[in-house]
Amino acid sequence: MTHYIIRRVLTSAVLMIIISMVTFGVFFMVPKLAGTNPAELYVGKQATPADVAATARKLGLDQPVTVQYARFAKGLVAGRDLDDGPNRTHCAAPCFGYSFRNDRPVWPLLLDRLPVTVSLAVGAAVLWLAGGVLAGVVSALRRGGPLDRTMMVLALAGVSLPVYFTGLLAQLVFVHTLHWLPGGEYVNLADDPAGWAAKLLLGWVTLALLYAAAYARLTRAQMLETVGEDYIRTARAKGLRERTVIGKHVMRSVLTPLVTIFGLDIGGLLGGAILTESVFGLPGIGRLSIDAVNTKDLPVVLGVTLFGALFIVLANFIVDLLYAVIDPRVRLG
Amino acid sequence: MTVGPVTPSTETPSADEPAAVEGRSLGRIAWARLRRDRVALDGGITVLLLILVAALAPLINRVFGHPVNEYHQDRIDPNLGGIPPVGTWGGISSEFLLGVQPVTGRDLFSQILYGAQTSLLIAFAATVLAVVIGIVVGVSAGFFGGWLDSLFSRFMDLILAFPLILFAIALISVLPPTRAFRTAVMIVVIGGFSWPYIGRIVRGQTLSLREREFVESARSIGAGNVRIIVKELLPNLAAPILVYATLIIPTNILFEAALSFLGVGVPPPTPSWGRLLSDAVQYYEYDPTYMVVPGMAIFVTVLAFNLFGDGLRDALDPKANR
Repeated sequence: MTHYIIRRVLTSAVLMIIISMVTFGVFFMVPKLAGTNPAELYVGKQATPADVAATARKLGLDQPVTVQYARFAKGLVAGRDLDDGPNRTHCAAPCFGYSFRNDRPVWPLLLDRLPVTVSLAVGAAVLWLAGGVLAGVVSALRRGGPLDRTMMVLALAGVSLPVYFTGLLAQLVFVHTLHWLPGGEYVNLADDPAGWAAKLLLGWVTLALLYAAAYARLTRAQMLETVGEDYIRTARAKGLRERTVIGKHVMRSVLTPLVTIFGLDIGGLLGGAILTESVFGLPGIGRLSIDAVNTKDLPVVLGVTLFGALFIVLANFIVDLLYAVIDPRVRLG
Repeated sequence: MTVGPVTPSTETPSADEPAAVEGRSLGRIAWARLRRDRVALDGGITVLLLILVAALAPLINRVFGHPVNEYHQDRIDPNLGGIPPVGTWGGISSEFLLGVQPVTGRDLFSQILYGAQTSLLIAFAATVLAVVIGIVVGVSAGFFGGWLDSLFSRFMDLILAFPLILFAIALISVLPPTRAFRTAVMIVVIGGFSWPYIGRIVRGQTLSLREREFVESARSIGAGNVRIIVKELLPNLAAPILVYATLIIPTNILFEAALSFLGVGVPPPTPSWGRLLSDAVQYYEYDPTYMVVPGMAIFVTVLAFNLFGDGLRDALDPKANR
């Protein structure tokens, strides 16, 4: 097991390094190929060539991409100084870059937004896991019946509905027409728990609807496949109660693909639920990245992308560990 | 799920597929099954209609619509700040079938019509790209194995680990936003992120196919790798590729709409469903029709492809005994 963990840690680290290289490369090569000077993006439109040159120097944009990456990587681990002569700016580790639009390092910007995204993702995850898996199990047990058919058509409709449509519809009905829920700004959980939940409720439900539909389909398909296996017949032949057969033997094999997908989904969401956050006006990480894209604040965009990748890699790592717990065969592989 | 090779001998007759099974090709069996699947057929017909509508958009628009970017400000209610259209339901009338856009009064029907073109063009092109890369990488990885397999498999893991939308908007936003270029970039980005789904399936299928007797027999009569891949493997991979291609089209439509919704899609004035929706965000309190119409267009299109793809998968799955 220790061996397995060490190997997975190494793979994840390598994956993260490659992702950071690719992302960094893309962000610093592409503007050049497209014929724009990245330094011009950081300073305003009225900037003089001298300002541009100074910014380029401060950011190290006049250096080759390899040097720039090395500095960036060092900043992530040990922090870095951004130097443009008289003004020295220190960016403490983990330095995800420095936002000149906000005049702040990217890392605290990310930390500011993280609670919103976590609130949204975790709340939705609880709902969709409970709803999706339950619907899938019930559907599989009633296979071919009217309940199963209705549920699967609903699930297919659910995965076909984009959050930016359901989200707007939900807001139209519950916020603007019925006035059951407040519009307003996001409030912190600590300041006003009821207001926090009321503001997030529609986001949770909309997001959960989409994922629950996918989870219901997956659970049902996996259950139906497992029920046909020999060991399930054996379990029944031994005289086990149906509840034990389904609850213990079938569910155990349904769990593996669910854990995989769940890891990827939650990892992806924590890196910023861009669409949901922009529909509901939630100031999370996704919102941060969209704002950064619109203001061409490249260091923030880069920082958020890497931060998002970090979550996905981390989630993959945890999933692999869980695998080894759920399915002992994995450890041997 | 696995879709088996096109060798009739491996087909097991199921309860509702009596004696005649022997000698029928998988294609014919699949068609017979698909024909009985009403829901999937409806999806398929809708898909065909949508493709037709997108292809004939200029013609249809000449009869039922107005020039795409023609302003009709006489359709906007001047008493309400010049924002919502005159009349109920977003100004739907016999002249403007789906109402008009707030403020400008542009015909929403024409926007939706041409939006279908944008959406389907990008989604189809991205899917073709994904299928081509997926086949090349998947077959090479599965057929040649060894270090090539490890390399390609890790590469697919890498792409799947990228924060998709985040990376896409970031990448697209730093590139110049001219129409043709943006369209091309969107196709490359969407296709470039969706091929691993095809690649993984193809790799898995190739791994099991290459050990089969018919590959061995082809090799024994002197067939080379290229001939085995093209003549023996690809025909057997056609079914799963077709199914998964059909199933990533809706994902790609949603992806395109999401990018447009976030403001990094095809630039205006090219109509796009996603951009209509994002535009509607400002007005939907006063003019919900303007938000519901493009939303429904996306929903119906994606649902149709999903229903058809799902039915196709069931029909092509020899293990299914429905």
